[in-house]
Parts: sequence; C-alpha cells; structure tokens
Amino acid sequence: MAKIKKTIRRINIKADLCNGCRLCEIMCSAAHSTPKYGTINPARARIQIIRDPLKDIWLPVFAGEYTPAECSGRLNYEIDNKSYGECAFCRAVCPSRGRFVEPDSGLPLGCDMCQSDPELETPACVEWCMRDVLTYEEREVEVEEEDLKLDEMKIGLEALANRYGMDEIKDAVARMSQKA
Amino acid sequence: MRYAETGYNLEVDLATGNIERVQTDPKLAETLLGGLGTCLKIMWDRTTPDTHAFDPENPLIISSGLMAGTPAFSSNRTLICTLSPKTNLLAYPMGGGFFAPELKYAGYDKIIFTNKSPKWVYLWVHNDKVEIRDAEHLLGTGAIEVQDLIREELNEPNAQVAAIGTAGELKSYIATVEMGRGSASRMGAASVWGDKKIKAVAVRGTKDVNLADGPAFLEALKDMRAFVDERNHNRLSSKNIMDIHTGVGSPQAMEIVDESWHTGGFSWGNARYRKKDFWNDELEEAWTKIQYGAIQRFISCYACPQQCGALIWHEEDPPYMAKCYSKLSYLFGSETEDQNFSWKILSKSFRYGVDSFSTPQVLAMAVEMRRDGVLKEEDFAATDEYPACPPPEEKQEVFLWILDRIGKGQGIGKILALGTKAAAEKIGVNPEHYAHNITKGEEQMNVKLGMLDPMYFLMFATNEKQSVPQIEGNWTQDAFRDPKDREEFVKDWIHLPHERFIKYFLDWEPKSREGGPFMNPEYPTPEIASDIVDWMEEIHNYDDSLGICCGMGGFCLKPAYHVHNYYKFVSTAAGIDVDQYGLRKIIHRSRNLHRAFQMRRGMTRADDAPPADHWRHRFPELEEKLLTTYYNFKGWNDDGVPTRIRLEELDLGYVADELEDLGILKKVETTDEDKETWESRRKEQWGY
Ligand code: SF4
Repeated sequence: MAKIKKTIRRINIKADLCNGCRLCEIMCSAAHSTPKYGTINPARARIQIIRDPLKDIWLPVFAGEYTPAECSGRLNYEIDNKSYGECAFCRAVCPSRGRFVEPDSGLPLGCDMCQSDPELETPACVEWCMRDVLTYEEREVEVEEEDLKLDEMKIGLEALANRYGMDEIKDAVARMSQKA
Repeated sequence: MRYAETGYNLEVDLATGNIERVQTDPKLAETLLGGLGTCLKIMWDRTTPDTHAFDPENPLIISSGLMAGTPAFSSNRTLICTLSPKTNLLAYPMGGGFFAPELKYAGYDKIIFTNKSPKWVYLWVHNDKVEIRDAEHLLGTGAIEVQDLIREELNEPNAQVAAIGTAGELKSYIATVEMGRGSASRMGAASVWGDKKIKAVAVRGTKDVNLADGPAFLEALKDMRAFVDERNHNRLSSKNIMDIHTGVGSPQAMEIVDESWHTGGFSWGNARYRKKDFWNDELEEAWTKIQYGAIQRFISCYACPQQCGALIWHEEDPPYMAKCYSKLSYLFGSETEDQNFSWKILSKSFRYGVDSFSTPQVLAMAVEMRRDGVLKEEDFAATDEYPACPPPEEKQEVFLWILDRIGKGQGIGKILALGTKAAAEKIGVNPEHYAHNITKGEEQMNVKLGMLDPMYFLMFATNEKQSVPQIEGNWTQDAFRDPKDREEFVKDWIHLPHERFIKYFLDWEPKSREGGPFMNPEYPTPEIASDIVDWMEEIHNYDDSLGICCGMGGFCLKPAYHVHNYYKFVSTAAGIDVDQYGLRKIIHRSRNLHRAFQMRRGMTRADDAPPADHWRHRFPELEEKLLTTYYNFKGWNDDGVPTRIRLEELDLGYVADELEDLGILKKVETTDEDKETWESRRKEQWGY
C-alpha cells in the first residue's frame, strides 16, 4: 500500500491540573451548536469531565471512535490510591454508556477537533481551558494509505442501524423520501 | 424561543404531591432579570406580612440566576429564597458549585415548593421526569454523604444534589444547604427545608440553554478572559491592601497562608476581642505545612476560571470541599491556634450541615455561658446517649462536643441550634449581652473596632443580606497613606460608576492622631458614604439576580464584572435590550421591591443598626444623619420606606398602594415639582 502524509491532531491532557470548571464542556457544546455559539449544553459536548470530586477525580476525556459492541471490561484501576472505573479512561463512544451521545437522538458524538470554516486555531476546549490542562498538537506523519474514515453522517447511520435494525432505517428513509 | 432563561418553573406542592411545569412571563426577566429579582416578585405575591417561615404557605424557592447555564464566567450561584425563621425577613443565601446550571439544563429556572410533606422526601428532577421520592431511609445522613448516596441510588453519577444534613432535619437556624462545592448558609433557610421535610433535591439535565446572540456574547467573554488572565498574572499591589484582596475570585484564603490580617483584625472567642499580635513566622511556617498538606487540589465552581475552593483530605477526617473564610472561623471561636483543628471541625460541620459563620459564634457563646454559670455543668454532663463535655481548658474538644450536640439535636444542642439570639432568649439571659454580634437577629462578621467608619456603619445597619461581606468589596477597606499610591490606584479604575468617585478616593486620608476633615469619621461624608455604599450594594444585586459569584463582581477590588459590562452579557445572552443604565434601573426596581418587602414584614428604621459594640467610639448624631442621608439618597423617606415617587418610576405603584394600605407609607400629595426634583437628582446620581 502507498504511503501518504497525514496530519495527526492531538489534544494532550494533564489531568492533575484540572480544577473541574467544565468550561471545556461548555465551550465545546457552544462551538458545535447551530447556529454557532447559539446554544449551550454540556451533554452535547465531545469532551467530558469524568468527576468524582471527593475522590479527587476530575478527568477530561474526549469522544473517540464509535464502537457498536458492548464492552466486556468493567475493571477498576487503582492509581495513586484513587480508584477509577475503566470507562473513565476509555474514549470510545459505545452502547454501554450514555456518554458522548446526542441526548435527543442517541446518535454518537465524536471529537472533530473543532474543524470548521473558518478554521479555529485550536479546538474550543483548548482555547478556553485556563489551567493549561489541555494542549493542542499537530504533527505530520507518513502512514499507510487506508480507507477514508466514515464521516459523521455514516457513523450516525451505523449507530441507528445498530439500534433499530437496518430494515427500520430503510423503511424510514423510504417513507421520508415519499413525503419529500 | 427564550434566551438565557428556560422560561419554566417547577411548582411542587408537597402536601398533595402535585408537580407542575409552569411557563413564566417573559416580561419578568425584562423587569427583574432572574435569581433574586424574580424570587422577590414571587415572595411579594405569595406571602403576607403575617406569613411565618414555618407556615405551609411560605414558598421555598430554589433558583438559578439569569446567567446560569450560559458561559458567563462564574455564573453558578444557586439561590435559596424563603422567609427566615431567624429574622422573620427574607432569606436568600446562595451557594456556588454546579447545581443551578444543571437545573437550567433540565429545563427549569426555579423550583418552587409549597406546603409541607407528611414524610421525608427528596425531589428527583431529570429533564421532564420529576418525581418526589421517599427519603425516610436517608434520615440522619450527613449533608455531604447523602449527595453520593442519592447519586448511587439514582445511578446518575452526573446528577447534582443539594441537601441538608442532620442540622437542617432538626430545623436548626444555623443549618446549611450543601451542594457539592458550595453551601447556602444564612438566615435559617435550610431549616425551612427541614420544616417541609425535604432532605435533598437532585437534578440532571441534558437540554439546551439558548443565547440570543452567541457570537457577540463570546466577544464580551473574550474581553473578560483577557482581563482575568492579566490580573492572574499581575495581581494588584499589596502595598495598601491585603494579599487575599489582590486577585480576582473570592478572597484567595485557600491559596494564601499569611493570615496576619484576618487573625489580627477579627475577634476571638465570643466575638469579644482581637489578638492583634497573634501571627508570627513560626505560625506561618506551621500553617503552611498544615494547609498545603490538607489541600489535595484547588478547585473551581462551574464556568469559573478561578479556583477559590479546595478539596481537603486531612488526616483521617472524611473529605470535603472547603471555601475561603471558614478556614479560620472555628479557630477564632475556640481561641486555639492549631490549624489542624480547623480542617477537622470543618469536616464535621459540613456533614452536619451548619454555617461556619454563625456556628463558631454559637459555640463560643456556649463556652462563655458555661464559664459564667449561665449554662450549668449539668448541661454538659454525660447522658445515656453521649459522654460528658471535656473540661473548659480542652478548648478544641469542648467545641467538638458542643457541635455534636447541635448536629445531633441532643441536650443543650437543641437550644444552641437556634443561633445566638434565639438561644440566649430561650436560655433566659439578656440576649444583648451574649448574642451581641448580630444585626436583625443574624450573626455578623466578628470584628470589633475602634472608631466608627461611616461606610461600614451603613453597610452593617442597612444591608439587605444582613451580612456585611455580602455588600462590601469594590471599595478599599482603608484609605491609602501616600497620595501617589492613590493616584496610581485610580488610573485604571475603570470599574467606578462615575468619575466623581475618583475624587472621593483621592481626598480620602487614613486616620491619624491629629484628625482632619478627610478622615474617619468625618469622611466619607454622609453624602459620599451613601454614594459609595449604594454602588457597592448595586453590584452585589447584579450578581444575585444574574447568579454570578460575587468573587468576580461585588466582593472584589477592580473585579471582572462591573457596571460597565454586566449589560453586555445580559443583552447578548438574554436578548434584553438594555444598556448599563437600563440594567441599573432594573436592579433598582429589584432593590426597592426588596426594601418594601422587608418593611411590609415589620422592619423599621430602628432595625437598621449595627451590633451595639461593633465600634468603641460611636457618634449617635452622625449615625442618625448617615441613615437619613442614605435613605433620602435612595429615594426613601426618613423612616427608610421607598416613597411613592420612587416606587412609581420603577413601575412599582402596586407596592406603594399596599404599603399605604398597611399604614407603612404615609400618603403624601406629590406635586409635579417634587417629581421633577427627584428626577433630576436621579439623573445626577445614577445617570438615567
Ligand atoms: S476547562 Fe480545563 S480546568 Fe476546566 S474542566 Fe476543562 S480541562 Fe479541567
């Protein structure tokens, strides 16, 4: 397979510095709303703070890939005398938990690094975190050519199909196109 | 579409279990904003002068402010508004944290409880699903632990919970409502939770809060961010002001260890005397270790760029989140110097759910009464339920013992739980002797000073919150000695409402033996003192209606929010078409409604008084002049009642009617000339 150049975008997290203000969630939801900055709803944010304040757990996590499969994990980790459920570290959007799904439709939400037109210098969460917890990094790397990732619509469709079955979706599309 | 507010309140009738989602009139936000402003209107409409705090008709309102749920920095206050059993006036303590925004995301601006529940319950609000749930099994649980118990029970780790501890269950007047990172803790509001048998309210919301003009809002927020960033990196000079006041945010008492100012300036024991030379290098070294040893992490409230709170993991004590001044209040009260004791007793007191402002004063009063023989040794003896109180010299252990009695509602604790005034009355001693640090029945900041200060006189005597730190903040506590420092300070004082304030500040001189016209108590003059105090109060009122932490507005020198920018957030978020003067008029409407509400409940000029021994040197004539000048400045008559002219111009004619009917406001003929005179004064004073 041919090698191609690809820009890797990353958000690095220093969870020890997080003070749990949730500005990142707020600004993420604002940046992704339509119209832009028109609505605020942390439940729609693609970054969420896993919190258990008295145990000193404030862990920013980004929504990653959608995985239709249920997780068979459920382990707990002890780190520095704090215990974390493994979900705390997992970025996957999955049917096992309500995190990173649109509250109304149940469709998965994925972090897109705030790709927008005009382009933002950094994702909104990084821009608004005032504690240097989040830093943005861009790197050029050479990778094997691979299938283009499914875009958001396809991810959404896949999730719907998993939820309601392919036939339901087909019927719904057929009904909608008749109405249109 | 409604902007900033959701446009719905939840009405919960605890007697019938009926729950309704009620749409509110958009005009209310335009006329009174939200938070305190709209709560006042509900309280005015639904109570009479005779309604008592523990009557079923007394509404208990849990309210967000207008800005909660928007990205406006520090817009996270949850306000508990109800009648106070302690003062018989309006109570509206606020707490920070995460509750109010979550309520907005669930689709509600306020929850209004009426009547009483026959059994203990908690309310679970999950978007459109709202249920009253049984809480009998949660009785006796602490205000902190119950929050996690409820989250577990609901299987909702992201639910925000506001709860009372055992003190609230027992209807203690010094009880608090604890909500994660914050406490709403003044004037006995939590006892109304106990009276209505509400153990907690849990809320989880996943709905949108809309902004009228998001991009413009963001621009205003960017300016604010630049300001906060700049200040965080360049604090104000500490040459003339205390370290804790050099930043933005609530006084950074968690971060800063040097407590020479607090420990020397505040009164110890039963708020009796100051220990001016308490602080020394040795203590600083010891406290640094203890403080930073106990702080696991600095934390912030929702949407706040500052971190005024801390997660405390201290020795074997159960963890909790602490905020500013409570770090010291129990030390002052118990007259001890080991900071370990502070962290220990706070862990207990937050669990019982008692106010760290009033409670130390109550405990210290009990110690004093024991010493004087007013409380007998049998009050401190062992029973089947608890051991005997340690001897007086074991000060910390005595404090912990009395706190346990209050928190558990045992023995003498049942009486002390009523706060200093009601407890002293019940014990049958002259309350003025033992409960000497109160205004209108509420414990005040325990400071005892030398010479009366005109501004502080007005704040103590008249302030609506009945707690001075909730009013002061934007003006420096003292004059600067060096005129050059004054010149420097006013250079970037963009927060001042009018340039005349610059002159006030430049003229103001610190006290000296020689005395002079620009020093206490002659200066600020009654007119100038009224102008400054009125402005500071106004700032706090914006915060309380918008639900913004006063650490970013009212209670902060050169703060992030000020008269020249609040309106930008209000207009772009809520779509209310106002400039700074329009917003000022709304706030004045709210403040006059507030004053009228208190007067309707029987408050009079005689109640506008600071604690009797707050200053050693008093000036009765000057004090009378200060009060009258201040009242008239605000458009009130000499009795402190808003005049008809003032009320009518604020669209509060109905308030004037009622005050006249009740005989509180004398009917006087108002001529056009009177109106014109007042209008031109109003324009000069406030610019609208
Ligand atoms: S904005 Fe930064 S400090 Fe605040 S919650 Fe997010 S990661 Fe933590």
